[in-house]
Amino acid sequence: MEARWVAFDRAPQLHLKDTMPTALEPETVALPKLTNEEIARYSRHLILPEVGMEGQQKLKAAKVLCVGTGGLGAPLALYLAAAGVGTIGLVDFDVVDESNLQRQIIHSQATVGKLKVDSAEIMLKGLNKNTNIVKHNTMLTSANALEIFKDYDVIADGTDNFQTRYLVNDACVLTGKPNAYGSIFRFEGQASVFATKEGPCYRCLYPEPPPPGLVPSCAEGGVLGILPGLVGVIQATEVIKLILGIGEPLIGRLLLVDALAMSFKTLKLRKNPDCPACGTHEIKELIDYDQFCGIPKPTETGPLEVSSHGQTADLPVVDGIPQMSVEQLKSRIDAGTAPFILDVREANEYAIVDIGAPLIPVGELALNLHRLTFPKTTEIVVHCKSGARSQRAALILKENGYTNVSNLAGGILAWADRIDKSLPKY
Amino acid sequence: MEIHIPTPLRTYTGKQETVSVEGATVAEGLAALVAVHPAMQQHLFTAEGKLRSFVNVYLNDDDVRYLPNKEDSPVSATDELTIIPSIAGGCCR
Repeated sequence: MEARWVAFDRAPQLHLKDTMPTALEPETVALPKLTNEEIARYSRHLILPEVGMEGQQKLKAAKVLCVGTGGLGAPLALYLAAAGVGTIGLVDFDVVDESNLQRQIIHSQATVGKLKVDSAEIMLKGLNKNTNIVKHNTMLTSANALEIFKDYDVIADGTDNFQTRYLVNDACVLTGKPNAYGSIFRFEGQASVFATKEGPCYRCLYPEPPPPGLVPSCAEGGVLGILPGLVGVIQATEVIKLILGIGEPLIGRLLLVDALAMSFKTLKLRKNPDCPACGTHEIKELIDYDQFCGIPKPTETGPLEVSSHGQTADLPVVDGIPQMSVEQLKSRIDAGTAPFILDVREANEYAIVDIGAPLIPVGELALNLHRLTFPKTTEIVVHCKSGARSQRAALILKENGYTNVSNLAGGILAWADRIDKSLPKY
Repeated sequence: MEIHIPTPLRTYTGKQETVSVEGATVAEGLAALVAVHPAMQQHLFTAEGKLRSFVNVYLNDDDVRYLPNKEDSPVSATDELTIIPSIAGGCCR
């Protein structure tokens, strides 16, 4: 009888292959017991040999931080909660807007206007009463990232801007926490696992950020609502694999997802020995990531997007381009001295709403200057959705010899907010 | 060879997802791409003509930066080049 029990004894405590980099330190403390209620709840996991009792206990013991509760964070946190991850931390400073609900399924009609961390907690608790939710209602910054990260085992990066991407990466490298990374744009996604001991980090792949404005944000470029679902669930899968120590996490591989072609492809990533974060360890503390990415400091009034179409008394000149307010433009139109107005958004945005200006999308502007059949001294005001692309367009016009170009601050959103309230906003 | 163009850069290739070009090396392939689609120039290369550091080019599934001959690596007609730009979206707003 004794021999039979020995034969059935599970040999390795952790299901980690010797050849595979171990992302998580082996548990040294005793794993928490499962209650009978939890055993019933997770029975489909428990009968999987790769998870089993011990794996489910590891999930219960695990602490995962979701940075962002937006498109990626929503399915990610929901599946982690459902799977029985014991503690889920949520970092977000935003409030739920109805336009989020096209993809951010952790929020709902009933929580529009609430803080995202509060809204997400309601949904997660509704799914699994056992999950311990830790809310960080703040913007992740160089001042708080290390302090927040230290309490977690795995970090899942579902943020929406380059500054925070580099911040999350460096904080993961400095604290030794693996980063389950996901990123999306329009119909395309990327996923990987960065900052493990042996594997590459985000900086190995992208040593430097693109200059501001070159890569459009989702707010500018749009995103298929389902795509963050697809990529966020891939991130959740990687988190679970890291906790359980099973399979082959996306360490040293970049997964590319193309939803239109429905193709999945992985590329090899190398750890860069000269990487200032994980190679030479030149980066010993968190830096100013806005400065690193060439982004002006957010103003006191709140997120850039809000402040950019809020009312400003005296508008500055930005990179030699005078900024015109929507009120100034309206009074010029009313006085019969309207400048030439050019819309530089995309045709599909023009189809949603326009203010009667001719359209040349910013990407096509340089090749379509011949369509502007007036002297280069003519006064031109350029507008887009909220003022960023039109600033770039104004610079293109200036470089091409147009001498009197200004940018409509806040774009058509500001126009709809403050001049013509009948217009839809998108 | 076929060059796969990522979504953010398709504006500059007339919405084409893949562009077929001739060339014996990675560098020649990229030069041929820019010759057909001049708007790609500033997105791929610096003013000095160097590949921008935030643009990664893969020959099949290998990062060109880590190949022994880098951008001068030889390519055949059946090879695929993939341009991987930085994307940051997680879509919070």
